[in-house]
Amino acid sequence: MESKKYTKSDTQDIANQIRKQILGIAIKTGGCYLAQACSSAEIIAALYTQVLHLGPSVGEWEAIPFPGVPGPDNMDYQRGSAYHGLPDPDKDRFFVSCCHYASVIYCALAAVGRISPSALEKFNVDGWNMEMIGAEHSPGFENTAGSLGLTVSIAAGTAHARKMKGESGLVYCLMGDGELQEGQTWECVQAAGYYHLDNFIMVVDVNGQQVEGAIEDQMAEEPLADRFQAFGAACVSCDGHDIDAIIEACRAEHVGKPLVVLCKTKGYTGIPPLEKKWPFLHFVRISEAEKPEYQKIYDEM
Amino acid sequence: MKIEVNTHEKNMIRFAAEHPEVLVLSADLGSSCEVKKFRAVYPDRYLTMGIAEQNMCSWAAGLAREGYRPFLHTFAVFLYRRILDQLEMSVAYPNLPVVFVGFVPGITTPGGVTHQSINDVGVLRTVPNMTIFDVGDATEIEGVLDLAWACNGPVFIRMLRKEVPRLFPADEPMQFNRARVLSEGDDILILSSSICTEEAMRATQVLKEHGLSIQHMHVSTLKPFTDPAILEALRKTRHGVITIENQYEIGGLFSAVSEMIAENGIGCRLKRIALPGYPHGASKMYLMKKYGIDAMHLVQAVEALTGRSLGITEADLAEERFVDFLEV
Repeated sequence: MESKKYTKSDTQDIANQIRKQILGIAIKTGGCYLAQACSSAEIIAALYTQVLHLGPSVGEWEAIPFPGVPGPDNMDYQRGSAYHGLPDPDKDRFFVSCCHYASVIYCALAAVGRISPSALEKFNVDGWNMEMIGAEHSPGFENTAGSLGLTVSIAAGTAHARKMKGESGLVYCLMGDGELQEGQTWECVQAAGYYHLDNFIMVVDVNGQQVEGAIEDQMAEEPLADRFQAFGAACVSCDGHDIDAIIEACRAEHVGKPLVVLCKTKGYTGIPPLEKKWPFLHFVRISEAEKPEYQKIYDEM
Repeated sequence: MKIEVNTHEKNMIRFAAEHPEVLVLSADLGSSCEVKKFRAVYPDRYLTMGIAEQNMCSWAAGLAREGYRPFLHTFAVFLYRRILDQLEMSVAYPNLPVVFVGFVPGITTPGGVTHQSINDVGVLRTVPNMTIFDVGDATEIEGVLDLAWACNGPVFIRMLRKEVPRLFPADEPMQFNRARVLSEGDDILILSSSICTEEAMRATQVLKEHGLSIQHMHVSTLKPFTDPAILEALRKTRHGVITIENQYEIGGLFSAVSEMIAENGIGCRLKRIALPGYPHGASKMYLMKKYGIDAMHLVQAVEALTGRSLGITEADLAEERFVDFLEV
């Protein structure tokens, strides 16, 4: 798996597959974080197949029962990061701050052969490690990210530690744009700039939506690129549905600075009827009446 | 009574020399938390995180994940009240070895209510995986870092600074989850912590002179709270137990003792001497008297429990004074 080289076309196929699988979950269960899959499918597919340098997964092939809460007597449980391979000095780390995207991460892991496709059957099933919102033990998760703004600092602290140790691997952190409203995010960016963490890359799914609707109707966030630059980061923007653009943006030069990649996306990409629900797409519900329309799209995917 | 000065300053440098993984993180109060010299000695191991405690806490979690041992230095109040979510989800839940070195606990600062950590013990006792130490003298300052290291998990230290008395022999270091027996007896059990232990030692001397048999134990580990010697002392006390602490009356030492009494079905009376609510900015001795966490109030509690009027005055206690704490 490590040696597998994906073409851009493979990556797009994986993005499509992620979108389809999560639409399938939404139809089956009546609702899920579908719009996040639509906005981030290309970003996450590009990260796993083209951007991240990860060793082979050392996680269990199938889903496992919830391995227990960390504590003095339980520190050897299987970490979600096992699915990103061993933490070797030259390998990258991938933190997922927007942990509502857990299903997207699980699907991506399955698509790139890091976990069994049948593990997805345990998604959001009581007592298993494939929880709806990821934590330390969830496949693909380095940490417990449900409280927004914390993970970016943990990832930056990790990058700082790796820089002090002279490791060559990079630290990536996938974020949503809503959490850019958290003060801690900006505390982190200023510190990452201060410590010249050029091994730290924040990839933001700028889908313009949050729980209560469109971001612009809740809080002033723009101009995001100017804000990041003013806080000491290099910042580039790209079309978050264009695989080539995402890869190129993640490779942008950022000498002596952390890099922020703003991926401009839409939460209804690939599933047009979702646009009718915009901007209330945080948790998409599909009613019985709507199911045939979505089933038709699913069947054609 | 010997007064030691800047004990943590020296000890932190000694400790870091023994453990290369140790880092000090500061939120702009390092010079008020006795790590200014550390910065000069170990500039590469002193990380300035700015006046941004939330990021400092989660950042420390990242450092700890990579094998470092971060020791966060700022006032205690900013290490729990301001950053509880970061403390719980970044550090406590994953059980990471991050040490919160919280200065000016309780009313040991004239900085007023924003600076006074009165419910840190109460709040943090409810946090799983967390260990809480509350030091009482210079000997404990010298020992607490080694205990925190051995915990290998999240630790909160209520640290004392500047002039601190040496109440306990330098060669008898603090022990994890073991109270220090300062007086043995069976009429009354006094359990004290932090700066209140010195007060309790003064009161105990005078009470003994009045013929009372006092069991006085100093408590420096507040979580976990399972010392069998405390349980035994609760079982044997004739008139009851008094807790005296530099902390709000709910959630701290008093509550920990209450839980132990209830859980073990012990029928003994319990009186609390603690801060009744939010304090305000003034000197330590003034506030200890004002809020009643001093030797005189302890004597009154003993009188209430024993039903004896002892006729002890402030003047009697003043003669037993170990050190004047007017310095803040």
